[in-house]
Amino acid sequence: MSKLQNAIVGGVRTAMSYVPSSWLPGGKPDPLIARRVTLGTQQPRVDGPDKVRGAARFAAEVPMEGLLYAACVHSTIARGRIAALDVSVAEAAPGVVLVMTHRNAPKMALPPPIGLTNLKAAGNSILPVMQDPDIRWNGQAIAVVLAETQEQADHAASLVKARYEAVAARTRFETAKADARTPDSLMIEKNQLKKGDVQAAFQAAARRVDAVYRTPWHNHNPIEPNAATIVWSGDRLIVHDATQMLNGTAGSLAKVFGIKESQVHVSSPFVGGGFGGKGLWDHQILGAAAAKLAGRPVRIALSRAGMHRLIGGRSPTEQRVALSAEADGKLTGLIHHGFSVKPQHSVCDEAFTLSGRSLYASDSVDIVQHTLDLDVLANTFMRAPGEAPGTFALECAMDELAHALGMDPIELRRRNVSDGDPITGAPHSQSDMMLAYELGAERFGWHRRVAAPRSLKDGEWRLGMGCATGSFPYARMPGMSARITIDDNGHATVSSAAHEMGMGTTTVQQQHAADRLGLPLDRVTVRIGDTSLPFGSFAGGSSQTASLGAAINAASAKLASQLLRLAGNDTPLAGLKVGDIEFADGGLRKIDDSSRHESFVSILKRAARREVSVTGESGAPLEMLKFSMHSRSAIFCELRVSDVTGEIRIDRLVGCFDCGRILNPRTAASQFRGGMIMGIGMALTEETLFDERTGRVMSASIADYHVPVHLDVPDIDVLWTDIADPRTPMGARGIGEIGITGVAAAIANAAFNATGKRVRDLPLTPDKFLFA
Amino acid sequence: MRSFDYRCAADRTEALSMADTAQARFLGGGTNLVDLMRQNIEAPAALVDVSRLPAAIEETPDGGLIIGAAVRNSAAAAHPAVRTRYPMLSRAILAGASAQIRNMATIAGNILQRTRCPYFYDAAGSRCNKREPGIGCDAIDGFNRYHAIFGGSEHCIATHPSDMCVALAALDATVHLAGPGGERSVPLLDFHRLPGDHPEIETALRPGELITEIELAPSAAAANSTYRKVRDRSSYAFALVSIAAGLQLVAGKIEHVRIAVGGVAAKPWRATRAEQVLLGQAPTRERFLEAADAELAAARTFDGNAFKVELVKRTTAAVLSELAGVDA
Amino acid sequence: MAIVINGTAYPLPDDPRVSLLDLLRERLGLTGTKLGCNQGGCGACTVIVDGARVLSCLTLAVQADGREVRTIEGLPSDDGQLHPLQQAFIEHDGLQCGYCTPGQICSAVAMVDELRRGDPSYVTADLATGPESATRQEIRERMSGNLCRCGAHNGIVEAIEAMLAGAAP
Repeated sequence: MSKLQNAIVGGVRTAMSYVPSSWLPGGKPDPLIARRVTLGTQQPRVDGPDKVRGAARFAAEVPMEGLLYAACVHSTIARGRIAALDVSVAEAAPGVVLVMTHRNAPKMALPPPIGLTNLKAAGNSILPVMQDPDIRWNGQAIAVVLAETQEQADHAASLVKARYEAVAARTRFETAKADARTPDSLMIEKNQLKKGDVQAAFQAAARRVDAVYRTPWHNHNPIEPNAATIVWSGDRLIVHDATQMLNGTAGSLAKVFGIKESQVHVSSPFVGGGFGGKGLWDHQILGAAAAKLAGRPVRIALSRAGMHRLIGGRSPTEQRVALSAEADGKLTGLIHHGFSVKPQHSVCDEAFTLSGRSLYASDSVDIVQHTLDLDVLANTFMRAPGEAPGTFALECAMDELAHALGMDPIELRRRNVSDGDPITGAPHSQSDMMLAYELGAERFGWHRRVAAPRSLKDGEWRLGMGCATGSFPYARMPGMSARITIDDNGHATVSSAAHEMGMGTTTVQQQHAADRLGLPLDRVTVRIGDTSLPFGSFAGGSSQTASLGAAINAASAKLASQLLRLAGNDTPLAGLKVGDIEFADGGLRKIDDSSRHESFVSILKRAARREVSVTGESGAPLEMLKFSMHSRSAIFCELRVSDVTGEIRIDRLVGCFDCGRILNPRTAASQFRGGMIMGIGMALTEETLFDERTGRVMSASIADYHVPVHLDVPDIDVLWTDIADPRTPMGARGIGEIGITGVAAAIANAAFNATGKRVRDLPLTPDKFLFA
Repeated sequence: MRSFDYRCAADRTEALSMADTAQARFLGGGTNLVDLMRQNIEAPAALVDVSRLPAAIEETPDGGLIIGAAVRNSAAAAHPAVRTRYPMLSRAILAGASAQIRNMATIAGNILQRTRCPYFYDAAGSRCNKREPGIGCDAIDGFNRYHAIFGGSEHCIATHPSDMCVALAALDATVHLAGPGGERSVPLLDFHRLPGDHPEIETALRPGELITEIELAPSAAAANSTYRKVRDRSSYAFALVSIAAGLQLVAGKIEHVRIAVGGVAAKPWRATRAEQVLLGQAPTRERFLEAADAELAAARTFDGNAFKVELVKRTTAAVLSELAGVDA
Repeated sequence: MAIVINGTAYPLPDDPRVSLLDLLRERLGLTGTKLGCNQGGCGACTVIVDGARVLSCLTLAVQADGREVRTIEGLPSDDGQLHPLQQAFIEHDGLQCGYCTPGQICSAVAMVDELRRGDPSYVTADLATGPESATRQEIRERMSGNLCRCGAHNGIVEAIEAMLAGAAP
């Protein structure tokens, strides 16, 4: 983003600081914080029975008459152009209906990029899709084969022959540093931050640490491959997608194909894991284009290798973190610099320096990051983008500093935790990181830790403990809408184009709506996952629960007013104003006065209405500009490192989370654990092998990209502070991403405690500890 | 995957007669071959399904074992005679792949697995002399963390991925074969070939030949034996290195010892030099390290796999120390 | 020439390239069995063939001729009652997105039989005697062929323990 944007955001922030908090959204705390009935209780997943039966239907499972199967052919060079493309053998292969290449693909506009200003855009890459012979990354789709069966399509794809004119490609991280760019902003934050005199601070400091940390390419690797089943019905485009961006996908496809957004219908009731990787990529566009050419429905389900060629991953990072401190641990200087990959056609900054500027107070600060433009598939958002690699570097550095000071790592954090934003001074909406540390340390048994590294051994195994802070900002997206319909049986249906990727969206919002509307759970139905429903923002940035929560809240206010109007004068509610009433017992009543109550059924019956329906919208998230809103966690790890082989076995993980109120302890615990387990993978095993000679991903399978298996995953204890955030709907902040943050650092810190060896480049594979 | 004829054989004679073209391949559990066909690395014109051939595990009169080629990996690992008399074999099989794959994979199929080198697997985009003799090897200067430190050539440094075969190599197993030219036997140690100038030729198997059985001779070192696998992920991952070893002590001296190393060569690597150092010696950790050094003197490493030398050394010493009951 | 799937006989496909997974999902509409990687790397496609858990993606459908295949759709009782393990998955939240879930469940159902038979695993200390009990380590090693990316591992292990404790079928 731009300098202009920095000025605007800065200006609004300044203006906001003069606005009384009570005027802002959430200025009056959500009454549900104090009035929870089902919220805060363990509720089983609404979709659990369907999922354990295998009856939840995913994108590649939608049956269609006359369906064709697609297979992609991928480029094998990183940059250049297709000199010759022979599709004749493929076209003649049994069952083949169409081979689409840049020569016969329909004219398509560029996909509009994901941005905070246009929620109807979902493009991860802004390159033209199969419009010319140009090759921009190794693995780009150069042809799509449609055939009657998947076997036929796959075989025919292997028969497409391409010859290339290659030109020198930029594929090397180290080399690209010479041409690194320094963006003005990272999302809506300024990239470059300077405060005080860092150099002087370092010179005067009692202790300092200064090291470089590296994280590799990562891929989301959800178990459900990216897939879409697509059909054109006249000039309407119907896409059964696996997406966490329903409306963004619809809006983007409309632009690409030059049709109205209302002509695109995207459906995605269940997504088999997203983590940032289920956005709009070339395959949906190619599938829709091929379906258009063939005049038949198309299923385009990427192979696992195809996912590594067409779905971007998390950029690698190289981060320098330097800290200086007084003898008592007080930070005097913080430097966080580094590089990540962001080709010009990508929309995603891997903003790894953001956590460092909000966590700790330091007298002087010097923060900036640079991006490298390589000829690679666009990188993208992956669980806790920025914070996942950022907390690895920062929190390892904090551990190094604690060690250098001879201070307990928790104590070091206590001495530096910031009360409010350390740079802007904006107050926290709610934050109690040290309570998370206290509760977590007690549960974990931190007092048992022996501070001196390499102290404990059990047979060949060296034992260690470590901790680290996790962090992720709060976000609420404007524009998210929800419709509430109350029928004459008093049953509420809440609808929104929201997403279910395993977070428990339906389950939690059913609880929310029930409490909001004064209904029992079994009288609320939540419908999500389809663009025929009210507008949904994306499921990303841990924003969906708050955004949808705000939308339902806004709709409920409208509902109260509508019902009051319908109730008329012949009602116990007669004469009351909206401000006087609340939802209770399946109807409305005067606040705290059960004698003046009328049920929805009664109101509708008297009004001779079968239903009443209203739509509400999540308004501008001004609270995010006025307050420093972050969730924090304290992560604890106990592990063993083999003195023989260098293998690490994690014995225990504890995570204590300060994320506002927890809405459903059961699904929340699963979310936290899930993030932490992805953190285990990040720490120990995950690495996309990118061959810098060719720009080709060499770990293009789930056998070569090691996500954690059951045996890697110990018992994981999660707990939370459960303190309401008075500025958010339901007092909750998002919890989808924070689980992964801090975990890799806690593990690396524990491995240092076990072995005395500090490994600063992920993953922590056995070879790196062999000489420990 | 190219289309093919499928034939299901009921017995050995039928299997041999069904494999009537050079383009035919025998199909066991399919856990490797079906995948390779899907990746367009293998493209047989016919598959002769031998997974239903009679499959038994029988004890030989001299106290050895004969394991039928079509015995499933899981059945071999769980067989009481294997577990008690050849524990290294049971544990090696259990270290491989996943329970589902072990339920499918046959003994012969496991032996005939092909390498997991990513450049071998990338038929569309990488060079590999195994796939296309003479085209070049992208692994030698590329990602070679999983690659060979023993017996590689300028044409190929791929490793054999099997765990089971490492134990079979340590146990001096014999591979029984039947083919158009009749029956014959080949020691497992001679069955897999080093790449040399022809990395595309991986085994001693002749055209149309079928593995029928594996024979294990009785072994004094086998009863006290084990298998240890070192890998990037705690389970369901290929070995960085692995050690199969067995040891018999008589009067405080090493009377019998068997050591084989996995993940280090195009074949399961029998550590005969190390064994020679140990025979007749008192078991100590220092002696075990010395033995490993003797074997590792011939190692040739690359950018990504130099760590394997130290890893093999330490793991060998640890495994032998455990078997000998001495302090690691 | 037929495959029996959940008690019903189906003809074999004409094209021998068709995997058991594709037969189930694309030709018979039994989409409860999931495709995750199509190359034996994730376990999402696990089904039970003649009592043994296998990967349907690497099984050619023709190879299952005459065999009895049990899929997730065949686990509930005839009157639709969930299998105890399916119920336990719900109660212990052994799932999030639900995509690996059918494979996890089929795998675990067959795994319990292997445990009861005394089959050893790589983490079994004494191979001769077999597993002493169904420790979490034993369960985890035996379930490691089923990947879960959402991170439901703790709940899955608890659900399996609950079923073992309930000594269900």
